[in-house]
Amino acid sequence: MSKAKMKTNGQAGNTTEKEPAQITITIDGREIRTEAGRNLVRVANENDIFIPSLCYFEHIEPPLGTCRVCTCKINGVAGPACTESVKEGMVVEASTEELADARNAIVEMMFSEGNHFCPGCQKSGDCDLQHMAYELGLRQTRFPHLFKDRLIDFNPQRMIMEHNRCIKCGRCVKEVFTDDGLAVFSFRYRGNETRVGIDYGQEAKLTDRQARDAMNLCPTGAIIVRGELHARPFGERRFDLQSVQKKKPVEDPRITLPAEKKTIATVSLAGCFGCHMSLLDIDLKLMDLVEIVELNKSPLNDIKEFTKQCDIGLIEGGCCNADNVEVLREFRRKCDVLVAFGECALWGGVPSMRNTIPLGECLEEAYLNCITSMPDECAVPYHDDLPKILDKVYACSEIVEIDYFIPGCPPDANHIWKSVLSLISGAQLPVLYSEFKYD
Amino acid sequence: MQLPESRSLRRKEEALNRKKVRRSGRQEAGLTVKRTELLDYLWQVQNEHGHIRSEDIAAVSRALNISTIEVEGVISFYHFFHRRPSGEFTIYLNNSPVSECKGFERVKEAFEMATGGNFNGVDPSGQWGLFETACIGLSDMEPSALINFFPFTNLNSLKVKDVIARLKQGALPGEICDPVPDHIRSVPGGEKTILLRDYDPGCALAVLRRRSPESVLEDIRRSGLRGMGGAYFPTGLKWAACRNDPKSPKYIFCNADEGEPGTFKDRVLMNSLPGLMLEGMAIAGYVVGSANGTIYLRGEYTWLKDKLQNTIDRFRKMNLLGTNICGIEGFNFDIRLQLGAGAYVCGEETAMLNSLEGKRGEPRNKRYFPTERGYLQKPTVINNVETFCAAARIIQLGVDQYLQTGRPASPGTKLLSVSGDCRLPGIYEIEWGTTVREILEKCEADRPYFVQVSGPSGECISMDEFDRAISMDDLVSGGSIMIFSRSRNILDILRNFNRFFKHESCGLCTPCRAGNFILEKKLNLFAAHLAHPSDVEDIRSWGKIMKLTCRCGLGKTAPNALLTAQEKFPEYFESIVAQNPDRLSKGFSLKDAVREYDRFSS
Repeated sequence: MSKAKMKTNGQAGNTTEKEPAQITITIDGREIRTEAGRNLVRVANENDIFIPSLCYFEHIEPPLGTCRVCTCKINGVAGPACTESVKEGMVVEASTEELADARNAIVEMMFSEGNHFCPGCQKSGDCDLQHMAYELGLRQTRFPHLFKDRLIDFNPQRMIMEHNRCIKCGRCVKEVFTDDGLAVFSFRYRGNETRVGIDYGQEAKLTDRQARDAMNLCPTGAIIVRGELHARPFGERRFDLQSVQKKKPVEDPRITLPAEKKTIATVSLAGCFGCHMSLLDIDLKLMDLVEIVELNKSPLNDIKEFTKQCDIGLIEGGCCNADNVEVLREFRRKCDVLVAFGECALWGGVPSMRNTIPLGECLEEAYLNCITSMPDECAVPYHDDLPKILDKVYACSEIVEIDYFIPGCPPDANHIWKSVLSLISGAQLPVLYSEFKYD
Repeated sequence: MQLPESRSLRRKEEALNRKKVRRSGRQEAGLTVKRTELLDYLWQVQNEHGHIRSEDIAAVSRALNISTIEVEGVISFYHFFHRRPSGEFTIYLNNSPVSECKGFERVKEAFEMATGGNFNGVDPSGQWGLFETACIGLSDMEPSALINFFPFTNLNSLKVKDVIARLKQGALPGEICDPVPDHIRSVPGGEKTILLRDYDPGCALAVLRRRSPESVLEDIRRSGLRGMGGAYFPTGLKWAACRNDPKSPKYIFCNADEGEPGTFKDRVLMNSLPGLMLEGMAIAGYVVGSANGTIYLRGEYTWLKDKLQNTIDRFRKMNLLGTNICGIEGFNFDIRLQLGAGAYVCGEETAMLNSLEGKRGEPRNKRYFPTERGYLQKPTVINNVETFCAAARIIQLGVDQYLQTGRPASPGTKLLSVSGDCRLPGIYEIEWGTTVREILEKCEADRPYFVQVSGPSGECISMDEFDRAISMDDLVSGGSIMIFSRSRNILDILRNFNRFFKHESCGLCTPCRAGNFILEKKLNLFAAHLAHPSDVEDIRSWGKIMKLTCRCGLGKTAPNALLTAQEKFPEYFESIVAQNPDRLSKGFSLKDAVREYDRFSS
């Protein structure tokens, strides 16, 4: 288990009586009184100035400073807030546009660097990385997903190391030791090959409690203890309902609908139609929907071809074959505004799990070398009538320009509804924290 | 963050206990090795067996009482440590852009043909290990390679065939390797030559007999000497901070991990003036009150090790190192050599400290200067080879003579390693203030078009800027000038730099680890002729984010070349992006995307 935690528990009689000095620091122009020497991230967040952080874990001393998500300008110099302890007269810029954008970018980098498939992750809803992205309201990543092929290490006795999900924060490296004081985790390799290695021998020496603590210490689902983590339903997970930021309640804006009905087209490319199903979950609002929009080409009304230029196109799914590309381009031509909705459309989603492996190998495994295929009798399907399969699954935005993005696998029905209504009316409908989901 | 005092006390106790356990554990195993000697041990094993075997890892982890994964972590950080056999002959071929310009591909093929192996692996017979490696400090003689760490320079396919044939006949790499000339092409001349003038051992240390440490420090401060590794931190300030720190012992480290591609000035200094560097270190020891000096020599310069060690031994005999140096009572200073193992980032001082402590060479958080908490948390001075040499010369010649060279704002001279498309690649000692044009003329550059100053982490300049001066207040250079002529492809150079950083990042902070990887994907779009003007804009803004958020100098400077190239060669970038981008086609080609599937058409 984490040593620091043990220490806090067994500490009682040891405290010295010295009172820390009260000091004043300035964050974003606001003067804040606090005790000298406290951690800047905590001081800021207690005073409702939200500085996101991921690698920071309050018992780890010295702080790690690896993820850089808490980058601020401290006395004019950019650096992580988590490694700073407050001093008298410290001047901190936390919320400038440049810094906020850079911090968002770093969380986005983590999503595009790892292979994060939220709907399939045991830790979804309890994941610090996912939570931080919710807090920052990240809809999609500006970066191309890297889809690096990584292994999952099933060798340890109790644990599974899911390297796809690791963000290399170093919490486990710095904190998880056996009772003999030996490290269980260590970084291995370097550059973009860096990963956290696990010592099988030492892992076996951890007690069940220590192993569980290691799993809970991990900000993502990279360290999993077999049989320990059970997915809980929506609403019961740590980060489902309430933001940690105190935001002023926003009133719903008045909605004025345009005189003319807007036309909408929808399509599902390389997806599962789940986003369309979620769209139907708006229930009674479906009645409103048909009142205020006219559906053109869409699986909802089974119109196969565009009959006119549309205002809005909703795209579910990414592009895995040539036909998807054709359809997507047609939508771009026929729709004034394109909205990608759902993770597959945003960056590839579940179908893009194949992106870490070359297409040839995927097809050979599926059609030629699989257990049911007969030698010399099987072939990879290839026919003029079949759409050609692309070398990888592409995000819609890699192929055509996309105007808006709605995340989720699938997106919450209200999220879709509010986005569409906002587009039609021009009013900005606030999406609630609890409606903003990646899984 | 500070924990409540009690907790941090407790933490210290625990750390101490753990150390005690480790210390006692060391005896049992039969192998005695300290954590700080881990790199030496790994080198020893690697040299003996061609790789580091699992039993060696088990033995050393038992001896240090650390887990095996920690040792694995250290090994896998360094390029020259292998966990699998690396061949009887291990060949490291330099893949820097200068090497690429001078025929890297041909030489690579020649090696593969002659040995029957493929690069980045070992041939089936187990005799030949072929590996690409970043710049090995021989940019004036590219393409070059190290075979069992002996230099082979100016390679071409015929020479490769010949070398391999001779090795097959039983010649030893050490016998047939190439001599490495210094290629000192130009010095300011007369009294203005500071570094590369004649040298008598002891010339600077002798001055100390009549000088107090305070007055020496004052001279260094007055000379305005700055760290020549490229960061230009005032040396006097650094030494004073270390001197004033109450903790002891104190340490002096010479950073001879000259990893910036295109730089080889420290190689030349260590080859031609090793004594001067040692004297500079001893002077630093005299000033700050330290008796321990260490040279962190990059693994690529293993072939210089004997020379340095011999010089150290000779200096000891001459009483220029050891106790009561030059008869000065209480002036004790000795120097040991530490070999790096192939990691560019270890040139970053805090990463170097970690490496010296036997850890992964990850830069530390910038909470303390090394002069407060450096090696083993003790006050430490780290300077570059050239800085120590310059310090020795300042003391030898007197600060007044030194101040008469260069410019008022940047006095003294600077060594430049010039390489690339020019007739006279080599070392140029220049006064600060010399213009790029003068250097290009001296080295007889061939149609210079794209000049990279200070290596991949520096900036590039175009023809419009050749009148800029190399100095602190204009064009700052860590010591390398790479010249590329009009016939070179800018994108190839930039992609090479990007690959370098992607590989050399320590992997600890997100923007560097992922950022360089992401930039690579973007550059691939340019290479595939699929880039849009918006991609140029993306690179600009993403590069800025890396500069703002990265943990150490490596990440902060990694996008430099790319950013300055965009700024200075806008017409080039315009020519390689789509001219009429539309909303229908971003960086995607259907033809390319279905090529792999078409393989199954028959």
